[in-house]
Amino acid sequence: MKSVIFRTVAPFLTSLMMLFSIFVLLRGHNEPGGGFIGGLIAVSALAIYGIAHGVETVRRAIYFHPMAIAGAGLFAATVAGLISIIARVPFMTGLWIYPSLFGVEIPLSTVMLFDTGVYLVVVGAISSVALSLEERGGE
Amino acid sequence: MAVPTSSSVDLSAALVLGPATVADWLVILPVAWCFAVGALLVMLRRALNLHPIIAIAGLAGLVLIDGLLLGHVATAGPVTMVMGRWLPPFGIAFTVDLTGALFALVAAIVALAGGIFSLADINDSGRRYGFYPFLMLLMAGVSGAFLTGDVFNLYVWFEVLLISSFGLLVLGSEPEQIDGTVKYGFLNLVATTLFLVATGYLYAVFGTLNMADIARKAQGLRGSAPLMTLTALYVLAFGMKAAAFPVNFWLPASYHTPRVVVSALFAGLLTKVGIYALIRVMVMLFPVEREELSFVMALAGALTMIVGVIGALAQTDFRRILGYLVVSGIGSMLAGIAIGGPGGIGGAIFYALHSMLVMTGLYFAAGIAARLGGGSSIATLSGLYRKNVGFAALTLMLCFAVSGLPPFSGFWPKVMLVKAALDIGAWWLAAVLLLAGFCTLIATGRLFLLAYWRDEAGPVVDAVRLPSTLLAPLAALSLLTLGIGLYPEPLLATIQSAAAGLAEPSAYLNSVFPAGGLQ
Repeated sequence: MKSVIFRTVAPFLTSLMMLFSIFVLLRGHNEPGGGFIGGLIAVSALAIYGIAHGVETVRRAIYFHPMAIAGAGLFAATVAGLISIIARVPFMTGLWIYPSLFGVEIPLSTVMLFDTGVYLVVVGAISSVALSLEERGGE
Repeated sequence: MAVPTSSSVDLSAALVLGPATVADWLVILPVAWCFAVGALLVMLRRALNLHPIIAIAGLAGLVLIDGLLLGHVATAGPVTMVMGRWLPPFGIAFTVDLTGALFALVAAIVALAGGIFSLADINDSGRRYGFYPFLMLLMAGVSGAFLTGDVFNLYVWFEVLLISSFGLLVLGSEPEQIDGTVKYGFLNLVATTLFLVATGYLYAVFGTLNMADIARKAQGLRGSAPLMTLTALYVLAFGMKAAAFPVNFWLPASYHTPRVVVSALFAGLLTKVGIYALIRVMVMLFPVEREELSFVMALAGALTMIVGVIGALAQTDFRRILGYLVVSGIGSMLAGIAIGGPGGIGGAIFYALHSMLVMTGLYFAAGIAARLGGGSSIATLSGLYRKNVGFAALTLMLCFAVSGLPPFSGFWPKVMLVKAALDIGAWWLAAVLLLAGFCTLIATGRLFLLAYWRDEAGPVVDAVRLPSTLLAPLAALSLLTLGIGLYPEPLLATIQSAAAGLAEPSAYLNSVFPAGGLQ
């Protein structure tokens, strides 16, 4: 798109929305949010960047192919379910650890890993669709 | 974030607190395994030459897991695992009995054969468009459908396998493939919607989606709830999936367009998922309603058989003939479900397992024939017998098997079904079963006569060697068919106890709700 204002603002807007999507992903365990909606916000960020600077720039910026990102997400989600085999509890049982980092207790869980997997699947799949559509639209 | 659990809450009311053993994990492992391998393949999308190796190793692993699962279920009875420890009926339960384990194992064997066959059938562009990831995700859906113990979860697995099958169907993106995909997709979406509507209705009536819970509560609700409507909706939805008459037209319209190995896997797996779901719902959940609907089902089954064989007799395209034979086989299974009892249900299960192996093998044969003879129309195909005698012999075995001749696997289920039909006095159904078998023999005989025995016009060609990646899966399936036909005892015994477990599901219920559980 030609607008100078849009092209200047787009990188800031994209990084802000990316940060916000991760915030939404992480708060999703107990409050509204989660991997799906977080992923959608991230895809909107990428779409805005794509409209401003072209699809090729976005593809370079995310480095991995969108489908590979989706595959990694699916893999992470499956692994999150499989970890519980070690704890001798059924598939997909939530397991928590509370490591302490610089005196702050950080709760980590398989649930979070699963949600991150969902986030990546959504980012990968939807951005794959969005980027191909934008490519066609530009012709 | 999560609060560490306080000890004053009685967790045993909501959670399974006993440890889950590795044997319990076999219940969920087929699905998780397929997803993990499929996801890995999607991640490695650039390493196309690694795809077949990983996928075939993954499918071999799946056969192993399903084999262990069948062994475990055969010794320990039905096994249940609930996701995330939440007690049924609130948690989603995976419950595997003999029927589910048998279907899952045979499906995995068929998929492994397909994986090996694809080495020569799927080229680089097919791999780039993701044949192997789709194959693994399809198997995740198929395994999930066979192993789950929750009706809504069954719906989800149907969706998973449907989406993967769309991906497999359009590989190649030629106009006729897209045409086939549209027909297939449209009718399947209608069926899936009906399934979803029926499931919503079911939940409104029962307040639960767990199959064991439904089976338990159906008795008390029979007087007041519209269970007949529900069952009829399920029959229509699953009948569409299984390609039963009069909703069978999508199958012959779409199965001849994709790659051969895709057709082979679809013919082997997808319609049988519909039959499996039908058996599960009709026999285990709503046996009384099945009794009521049995005449309608028998009529639909008989018409499906007749329509199938007439279609097969009328076609001249190798793969279209096979499509109609798939439909005809579905008719026999429907007849078995309609007859009921250990003979009918056992016969239907046996026929489904046999059909999975044989139809996949026949589609492989069609693929090899097209490669040898340069087309799939039996008007122009000729002289295949001269070109490769071993291949012709393997095809002939499968032709006999699909017609129900001894000593191949098709014989025993046919005997069981005919005997069960005569036992309940449905002589006309027995006659249709035999007539369909006879017409199938004529159809496959015509195929063999024209494409294989007829000498080619022009000079006599030398024998053609076939790559072993094409011949080995065909040979494996044919020999498996022969093996089952010659020595059916172990499989027959397993199928009989599977059918008994469906008719009298107390072991299944006990596995989900130990010692009565919460009411």
